Amino acid sequence: MKPLTGKEPIAAAAGPCACGGASGPGGGAVSCCDASCDASVAADGDSGQPCCGGPQAPAASPMARPGYELLPFVASFVTTLSGPVPVVRTTLGRGDVRGTLGARLGYGRDGYRVAPGLYGVGSPGPDSPVLVTADYKLSFDALRRELSGIDAWILVLDTRGVNVWCAAGKGTFSTGEVVRQVAASGLERVVTHRRLILPQLAAPGVSALKVKERCGFSVVYGPVRAADLPAFLRAGNRATPAMRRVSFTLAERLAVSPVELYHARKWLWWAVLAALAVSGIGPGGFSLSAVWERGPWLAAATGAGLVAGALLVPALLPWLPGRAFAVKGAFVGAIGGLFTVSAAVGVFPGAVPVSGRVGMVLLAAGISSYLAMNFTGSTPFTSPSGVEREMRRAMPLQAAALVAATASWIASAF
Amino acid sequence: MRTFRYLSGVSTLALDTARCVGCGWCEVVCPHGVLAVSDGKAGIVDRDRCMECGACAANCPAGAVRVTPGVGCAAYILQVWLKGKAKASCC
Repeated sequence: MKPLTGKEPIAAAAGPCACGGASGPGGGAVSCCDASCDASVAADGDSGQPCCGGPQAPAASPMARPGYELLPFVASFVTTLSGPVPVVRTTLGRGDVRGTLGARLGYGRDGYRVAPGLYGVGSPGPDSPVLVTADYKLSFDALRRELSGIDAWILVLDTRGVNVWCAAGKGTFSTGEVVRQVAASGLERVVTHRRLILPQLAAPGVSALKVKERCGFSVVYGPVRAADLPAFLRAGNRATPAMRRVSFTLAERLAVSPVELYHARKWLWWAVLAALAVSGIGPGGFSLSAVWERGPWLAAATGAGLVAGALLVPALLPWLPGRAFAVKGAFVGAIGGLFTVSAAVGVFPGAVPVSGRVGMVLLAAGISSYLAMNFTGSTPFTSPSGVEREMRRAMPLQAAALVAATASWIASAF
Repeated sequence: MRTFRYLSGVSTLALDTARCVGCGWCEVVCPHGVLAVSDGKAGIVDRDRCMECGACAANCPAGAVRVTPGVGCAAYILQVWLKGKAKASCC
């Protein structure tokens, strides 16, 4: 059989293999998706050349198994007494970075998981440490990217796609789940020691004492951040006080704030619609021209409240007045409202009377205050008792601000 | 983290010094350095930094530390108010 040379009409006409249509530059010639082409590949059988004429794809990985997909972060497999264990890379690929982006922005957050069980990194052996983590892919990636040059086992628990700290709080990163995965992975045959290193933030869900009682493995709490793990391991599993404290740097605050914006999609359009509808009310009943003239300003105040509460409060958190997040949010929101008022006055001096301007500021402050209060859930230092106290005081005021804003906005039309 | 302080006088953290065996697990697991052991007994260093995560109570072998653990998240607490504890979910 003669290999295709690239000069055959089939090869000349064919596009990349993902092609959908049949017409290539040759006009009416076949693409690789066509049956005739498939037949030619079949006929060409052993030549090994694909009909498309592009470079040949590599042979199937020796790790490939029918019915399974080999994940890009798996570099190889290591044989243990409990069967083959995937060894993962310590660098993040393009797919991992894309996944991180999706999870951070919110749209790719649910179901972003890796399969629970045992993994390895480097050249793990019977003496290598066992690092326990959550099955949220962001947690898994945060761990493995810090382990270059380290030989270790990674035991991933089934935490329902939730990160270590939240899973510990919800009870899925638990004593029972640690014990279950230790047994399911056959860890006692893989390592000769009997020690697990858990992230410190797993402690709310785990009793170190009970893990030892139930599976014979003792628990050592590692540092809060995976980045400190190499130093922790080098120091003989000892953490410095700094490794034991959570932080909330500007970068960390900005990483968790886009999700707040993503959640806003559920109500933002209704809020803008409501703002436009309220703007149509005037002395002559409801008028569409009033919707166009006045509506955008109230919608802008809504947007200012959103940006203030969901982005500016997280960014400026340490420098804002007040301990309560509702206060911080109201403060930034009011400033945001004043900005939109000055824009309105600057563009169209007569567009919004004074009572309307008050309404815009109240609306932005109220929305921002509520959103800032919700940001408590993304911070690592707010207690439930404190949040509940804050909510009981702030929510009636936020509701009152919304009502007063609507009333003064409508009044400003008369 | 020293820059962040939340509301004062709200934490449910309680320490029974008589029961404390001075093992130091609470000091290890606390992410805010609220508890510390000195002279063989744990003590509350800075109660107002406590975020009630429950790590200390879960890992105290003597039952000396007690706290009502929970999630300090307004969205979650609102769901508990509206739908009840069973149906509330975190974000």
